[in-house]
Amino acid sequence: MDALQQIINGLTLGSLYALIAIGYTMVYGILRLINFAHGDVLMVGCYIAWFGATMFGLPWWAALMGSMALTALLGVLIDQGAYRPLRKAPRISALITAIGVSFLLENLGLVVFGGRPKAFERPEIFNQLLQWGDLRVLSLSLWVPVITALILAGLLFIIHRTRLGMAMRALSRDLVTVQLMGIDTNRVVAATFALGSALAAAGGIFWAMKYPQINPLMGVLPGLKAFVAAVLGGIGNVTGALLGGLLLGMCEILLVAWLPELAGYRDALAFVLLIGILIFRPSGIMGEELPE
Amino acid sequence: MRRVALCLCGLLAICLLTPVSSGAADPVKLGLLLPITGSNAPYGQNALRGFKLAQEARPTVLGRPVEYVVVDNKSDNIECSNATSRLIQKDQVTAIIGPLSSKNSLAAAPLCEEAKVPMVSPWATNPLVTQNRKYAFRVCFIDPFQGQVGANYAFNNLKARTAALMVDVSQDYCVGISGFFERAFTKLGGKIVLKTMYNTNDQDFSAQLSAIKQAKPDILYVPAYFTEGALIARQAHELGMNIPMLGGDASQADELIKIGGDAVEGLAFTTHFDEKGVTTDSGKAFVKKYREIYSEAPDSCSALTYDAYNVLLDAIERQKSLESAALVKGLEDTKNFPGVTGVMTLVDHNAVKPAVILHVDKGQFAYQATVQP
Repeated sequence: MDALQQIINGLTLGSLYALIAIGYTMVYGILRLINFAHGDVLMVGCYIAWFGATMFGLPWWAALMGSMALTALLGVLIDQGAYRPLRKAPRISALITAIGVSFLLENLGLVVFGGRPKAFERPEIFNQLLQWGDLRVLSLSLWVPVITALILAGLLFIIHRTRLGMAMRALSRDLVTVQLMGIDTNRVVAATFALGSALAAAGGIFWAMKYPQINPLMGVLPGLKAFVAAVLGGIGNVTGALLGGLLLGMCEILLVAWLPELAGYRDALAFVLLIGILIFRPSGIMGEELPE
Repeated sequence: MRRVALCLCGLLAICLLTPVSSGAADPVKLGLLLPITGSNAPYGQNALRGFKLAQEARPTVLGRPVEYVVVDNKSDNIECSNATSRLIQKDQVTAIIGPLSSKNSLAAAPLCEEAKVPMVSPWATNPLVTQNRKYAFRVCFIDPFQGQVGANYAFNNLKARTAALMVDVSQDYCVGISGFFERAFTKLGGKIVLKTMYNTNDQDFSAQLSAIKQAKPDILYVPAYFTEGALIARQAHELGMNIPMLGGDASQADELIKIGGDAVEGLAFTTHFDEKGVTTDSGKAFVKKYREIYSEAPDSCSALTYDAYNVLLDAIERQKSLESAALVKGLEDTKNFPGVTGVMTLVDHNAVKPAVILHVDKGQFAYQATVQP
C-alpha cells in the first residue's frame, strides 16, 4: 500500500516537473537558447493569476487564461528587450543575458510584490480528496497529467502541423537561410517566446495550486528542476521533457521513501542525475545524436 | 573664469544649506540586520515594526539621539555576512540588533566577534549562537529549554508516547531543537519512531509524510519555518493523516494560517510571546501601542526586537559609555529586566525567561499556557 502511495506521489510531482519542462525545452529546441528566466516568468504568471483571482474575483479558468495571455506578452517583451539585440552574438552572450533577466524578474518581484508569501487558492474542482482504502489522491494530481498530455498534444500539433510550426522547425536548423527564404524570423521567435511563456504560466499556476503559496523566489527551484528534467529527456525534445519530468519526480520521491536518512539530499540527487546524464548520454533519453 | 566663479557660488550655496551639526550631540548609531525579504520575510518585517515602536518610544540614550541603519540579509547566509561587514565597516555602528534566524546569526556572530561589535539577536534560539563568544547576546531562551517544554507538552498534555520528527537539515535551528526535543522526549519515556529530513524551500513532502503515516506515531514534531510548516500540514491532511502536530517558535507567522488553512487547525507550538500571556506593564503598553498602529496582534519577533532594543539601551545607560567592552559588561549585567516578553535575566549571554504555548483555533493563534523556566 505504501509503495503504491509513493508511486502516486512520484507521478504527481513528476507530471508537474514535466509540465514546466515542456515550455523550457520547446524554447531551447527552436532557438538553442537555455532560457534561465523560465522559472521567473512562471513566478510572474502565478502572481498575475493570483491578482486576477483575489483582486478581480475571476474564476480560476479565467485567471489562468488571462495570466497565460499576459505572460505571453511578457515573454515577447523580454525577447524584444533582452534577446533580440543579441541574435547575432555568440550563444553564450544570450545565455548570460537570460540569467540577468532571471535576476531582474526576481528582484523586481521582491520590490513590487514584497517578500511575504501569498496563499494561493485551490479551486474546488482540484481540491477533492479521493480515496481507495488507505490510498489518498488529490483530484488535482489526476488532472495535472491530463492537462500535461493535452498541452503536449497541442504543442506537437503546432510544431508539426502548422505553418508557424514549420517556420519554427526551419529556424531551429538555420536562422540565416530561413531569413533568405523570406520568413520574418523576428515574428517567429516572438511567437516561440509567447508560447513558451504561456506554458510557463500554466505550469506555474498548477504548481501553485498543488503547493499553495507563491513568493517572488518560487520559480528558482521548479525552474532548475525542470531544466534537469529537460536535459534528462533530451533538451529540445518536448516528448523527452515529459519523460524526463516523470523520471525525475519518481527518483526524488523514491529516494526519500527508501532512504529516509538521505532525504536531505534530494535536490543533490537531481543534480547528480544531471551530471550523470551529461557524462554518459549527453543527448538525453530521447535526444537525437548531434553530428560533430 | 566665469565657470570658476559659478563653481564657487555653488559651493557656497551647499555650505549654507548644510545644517550645522556641531551644536547637537552626536547620534548613537545602531545596525539592524533583518530578513526583510526571502524565506523569513514575515519575521523580519514584524521585527522591524517592533524596532520602530521601541525607537519612537525611546529615541535618545545618554542625551544623544539614536540613529539606525536597516539592512536586509535576504534570509541568506552570504548576504547576511556581507550585510554584517557593511554595518561594521561602512556604517561603523555601535552595536547590531539581529539577525533573527539561528542560521543567519551563526553567520553574523564570528564577524561581530572579530570586530568587537556587540550583537543582540532577538530570536535565534540555537545554543551555538552565543557559545564561547564574547560579543554575541540574545534576548530569547535557547532550544534545550524550548525542546524540553515541547516534549513535556507532548508527553503530559497530548499523552503522546511515540513521535515522528521532520527536520529541516538546512536550518541550524531545526536541527538543534529536534535533537533537544528527541532527548527530552526519550528521557520522559517516549519513543521516536521515525526521523525524516527535508530542506528549506522544499515544497513536496508527500514521500516523507507517507512514510510517517505508515509508522503511525502519536504526534508529529515539526519545528519548521512557517512556509514548510503550512505545506507539510496541508499535505498531511491530503494524505488523510490525523496525527496532531507540534511545532516550535518559527511556526508563529500569520502566513502559517493563511497558507495552511484548515489543515493547521489544532497545530500547537512553543513560542516566546502572546498578547494574552503578557505579564509585565511594559508588555501591556506594547500590545496596546502595536494594535493601535498596525491594527493586528503583535507576534514574537516584534516583541523580542522591542526588548532587544531596550536591553541594549539599558546596558548603555548603566555603563554611561559606548565602548564595546563596557557594552558587553552592561549586557552581561542585565538582571530581572521587565521586558514585554516577560521578566528576563541574561545568563551566559542567553535570556532565561518563560515560554508560551499556543495553538491554532478557528484560524487564530490561541493562548494555552505559560511555562516558567
